[in-house]
This record gives sequence, structure tokens and C-alpha cells, in this order.
Amino acid sequence: MSDLNALTIAAARDALRTGEVTSVDLTQACLSAIDAADALGAFAHKTPELALERAAAADKRIAAGDAPDMCGIPVGIKDLFCTEGVPSQAASKILEGFKPEYESTVSGKLRDAGAVMLGKLNMDEFAMGSSNETSVYGNAVNPWRAGNSDAALTPGGSSGGSASAVAADLCLAATGTDTGGSIRQPAAFTGTVGLKPTYGRCSRWGIVAFASSLDQAGPMTKTVRDAAIMGRAMMGHDAKDSTSANHGVPDFESMLTGNVKGIVIGIPKEYRMDGMPAEIEKLWADGTAMLKDAGAEIRDISLPHTKYALPAYYVIAPAEASSNLARYDGVRFGYRAKLAPGDGITEMYEKTRAEGFGAEVQRRVMVGTYVLSAGFYDAYYNRARRVRALIKRDFDEVFAAGVDAILTPATPSAAFELGKQVSDPVEMYLNDVFTVTVNLAGLPGVAVPTGLDRDGLPLGLQLIGKPWEEGELLNTAYALETAAGFVEKPTRWW
Amino acid sequence: MSIDVATAAKVAKLARIKVEDDALPALAQEFNAILGFIEQLEEVDVEGVEPMVSVTPMALPRREDVVTDGNQQAKVLANAPDAREGFFSVPKVVE
Repeated sequence: MSDLNALTIAAARDALRTGEVTSVDLTQACLSAIDAADALGAFAHKTPELALERAAAADKRIAAGDAPDMCGIPVGIKDLFCTEGVPSQAASKILEGFKPEYESTVSGKLRDAGAVMLGKLNMDEFAMGSSNETSVYGNAVNPWRAGNSDAALTPGGSSGGSASAVAADLCLAATGTDTGGSIRQPAAFTGTVGLKPTYGRCSRWGIVAFASSLDQAGPMTKTVRDAAIMGRAMMGHDAKDSTSANHGVPDFESMLTGNVKGIVIGIPKEYRMDGMPAEIEKLWADGTAMLKDAGAEIRDISLPHTKYALPAYYVIAPAEASSNLARYDGVRFGYRAKLAPGDGITEMYEKTRAEGFGAEVQRRVMVGTYVLSAGFYDAYYNRARRVRALIKRDFDEVFAAGVDAILTPATPSAAFELGKQVSDPVEMYLNDVFTVTVNLAGLPGVAVPTGLDRDGLPLGLQLIGKPWEEGELLNTAYALETAAGFVEKPTRWW
Repeated sequence: MSIDVATAAKVAKLARIKVEDDALPALAQEFNAILGFIEQLEEVDVEGVEPMVSVTPMALPRREDVVTDGNQQAKVLANAPDAREGFFSVPKVVE
């Protein structure tokens, strides 16, 4: 069996169970691929010894007949997840040298299921960014290139390292987190599948917090089936997270029948934006036709408050971030600035945070501080929370009227060149225009690759589902994936 | 709403981030661009709408008010930039 690192989770699981391959073989194939791919900047901290140790343990477990789906599967873990004894710094200088004494619930569930961690994946600093250009480790790079150009493209953000690593077959799958689109947008930019579960499905415990009411972890995989397998292993109630929901987690994989006869797919008119590229229009129309051909009923719907999702997000997310990031003050962990004689504790805080946080993080912390400050709290923060309630109500009404899932584009364009959009923060924020509503409403969403643009770059569509119905959503995504038949891979240049 | 240099300096102070004086005009300009974008929210009629607290209508779980964890001083201090004699060490706090 060649190119073990290119396998899907499902194929590797089956080969492991029949004894055709070992986890050590799979892991070594991934480690070689990782070492040959430094140009992608996907891995920030490599953990080859730990990986081989866990792979050997997984092989023993499988031999003993104890083989959960993820047992022996090599995965990458986004640097936002705290991993015991392994550097976890959310791609920020302020967490330099931080080695947690504990394991996040989600990475711990994967570890306990026998998954093999290959290392920590690059990301935007504190998950703030849509292009992976705010990382202290430097940019992650998309393995895809446009036509004959050798310009470096963004893998998207904030889970840019995860997307790049999965697309380039450095790992079989990876964890991501999604606060405004940080799983789905990079998945769309790299021709991979990204699932953002319902808010509360995956425990946030041990994941470095950005905006607590929006953050949600999820799988980033090569196929929808793999998202079903890995997603199930990541989810479940956790008493350590008070927002973790006490819902049973079904076997999503067994729900992938591909049968979508009679289900109702909503097409929201508000997602047809002015100036949307014709290619995205066509992608969306093609996806709609595919689901219709598969037997789904297509219905035009309206989500009237869509336009206000991004501005509401850029009040709520920075407000929560300013509060969450107050803990980085140089006292308990991470970086502390060198102090001048006579400096007191205030100077220590101010210098540590100025030197430790990058420009985008500083900008968002200060915007958050402003919108929460006396005199502006009602005008900005409370107004944004009211608009958020209306955005959620739009979705509730559509689902109550019989719509089962909603189909939209995942991104307004294909991957853009690194360095192209950094100058204007508001322009950069528009990358999340199709994904951010889902976080505000707490819904599950999945990005599925369905086509290529004229330069040969992958494009994805997004399906939005009802709360807690990831199984139905993944089945619809599976039908779309099957109909689209997307099999292209990036040409190796790294 | 237009943010001036004095307001930018005040926000930086509240956020406990040191911003040099010569960087304040550019910061104020960035705030204005972002807040200009946010001001679209004023178009929305939010009369009678409660601010959202949680996307899922569930009560915050409670547990018994008892100690569940502890005796981890070494682990708690393991990542401190400066720890001495079992405590976090910081510059002088009171005059």
C-alpha cells in the first residue's frame, strides 16, 4: 500500500483492523511527509517521538481487539488546544514556553480513543484572522497554487495549518476551531471538508478561549465520512464546560445513506451578494441542481438579518476576547516583558501585553474594551446581542417552516494571495460573510468541496443544519460530495 | 462616532496595552474604520428584543459547593515566568 499518509480515516481504520498496515507505518509515513513540507508552515511544534510511542500503543490495542474508530489514526492538533507537556501557545508570543499541565477535553478524547498526535498546527494568533497571517510562527501556506503561478496563497484562517496539513496529506485529519468560520473557510480554500458542530457539542475546556459564546471545535478531514467518524470521537458532554450540552452523540457514519429524497433545502436570497463572482454564483447553482437531482426539494427562503451578522460579530467577538485575554498579564504563565528600574505592576501588564500580543489581537482587544466601556455598553454590545437574537430567530422560523438544511457558498472567493488583504481589517473580515451567521445562531455547518475555479483552485459550498442534527446534515453533505465527485489534489511543489 | 487620539489612549490604558504616543493617531483611525462598519447595527429595529445570553435555552448547571480539586501547587506554578517559595512573584504592587 503506497502513500499511507494519503489515506482517509475510514480506509486507514479498515486497513488497521485487517492488519494490512500498522499505526507505526501510518505514523512514519506522515512524519516523513511533515518533514518534507516545512515550506507549508503547517506544523508549529512537531512531536515525532510522542507520535511513535502512541502509534506503538495503538498497534497493541488493535492487536488485543480494542480498536475504536480513531485508534491508530495519525492526526494534527491545532495549537489552540492545550496538550499536556507539549507546547500550546495559540500562535502567540504571549504564550511562549507554555507547556500545559493538562489536556483539553477534545484532544484528550481523541488521545483516549487511540488517535496519534503528530504535533501542533499553525493558526492565526488566538484564532483571530482569516488568512493565517497573524501567527507568531509565520504564515501557513496553501498547498494549492493558481494555474501556472508560483505565488503563495493563503490556506485561510484561523485553522490554516490544519487545512494545509490535511490537504497536503501531512496527516489523515486535524482538529480545528470555528468562531466565525475558522474551520469552514480554510476547508473551502484547500478542497477539504470542515465541520463546525452545534454550539455546546464539543467541550471548550482546555481550548484557549477567543469568544466563548461562539467558539466550537470540529474535525477537518478529507471526506464527509471522515468528518462523521472524527466528529463523533470529539463530541460529548463534559461537566468541566458549563455550556457543554448533555445530548447523546449518535453514530453519524451509520447515518450516511446518501438518501436525501424529500428533504427540503433552503436557498437564502440574502446570500446572493452584490459583486459576488460569477464563479461562486455558478458553484452555488450547480450544488443546488445536484441536490435537486438527488431528490431534495429546493425552496427559496429569506433570512432578513443576514446583512447585520458581520457587524454584530465584530462587536460580540472582540468584547468576549477582551475579557478572555485579560488573563494574559505575565503573572501565571507565558511571556513577561523585561522591566525597567522603578516599573510597577501596571507597567508590567502594559509592556507584557504590548510585546506579547500581535497587532490584530491588540486591535480586537481594544475594540472589545471600547464597546464594553461605560457609556458604550448599551449602544454597541447590547445592541449587537439584540441583533444576534434576531439572526437566530430568522433561522428558527425557516426551520419551523419545514426547511431541513440551508445551502450557501462557503466563501466569497477562492484562496487569495498571502499579503493581499492584510492592509484593511474590514476587507479581511468580509471573508467570513457566509459563515459567521452560523456561529451567532449556534448552528452546525459543514463546508464541502464541490468544484474548481478558472485557475484550478478549490471552491466549497456550505450546508447549515438544525441544532443537534449533525447526522442529518452530514448525510446531506455526503449526497452533495458524492454528486460533485471532487477528487482533485494539489500538485506537489513543496 | 469619531474616535480621537485622547480616546484611543484611554482605551489602550483600559486594555492594559502600552501604545506609544506616536502610534495613537493610526490606532484612532483604525478604530474609526471598524466602528464605522459596526454602526450599520443602528439600522436594525431592536425594539422589544431581549439581548441574547445563550444560543441554547438551557439553565446553567450547578454543582455541590464543595472542594473537588486541589493540592496542585507545583502544577499551578509550573508555567510561571517568576515563582518563588511557592508563590507567583510580581513587581511591587503597593507604594
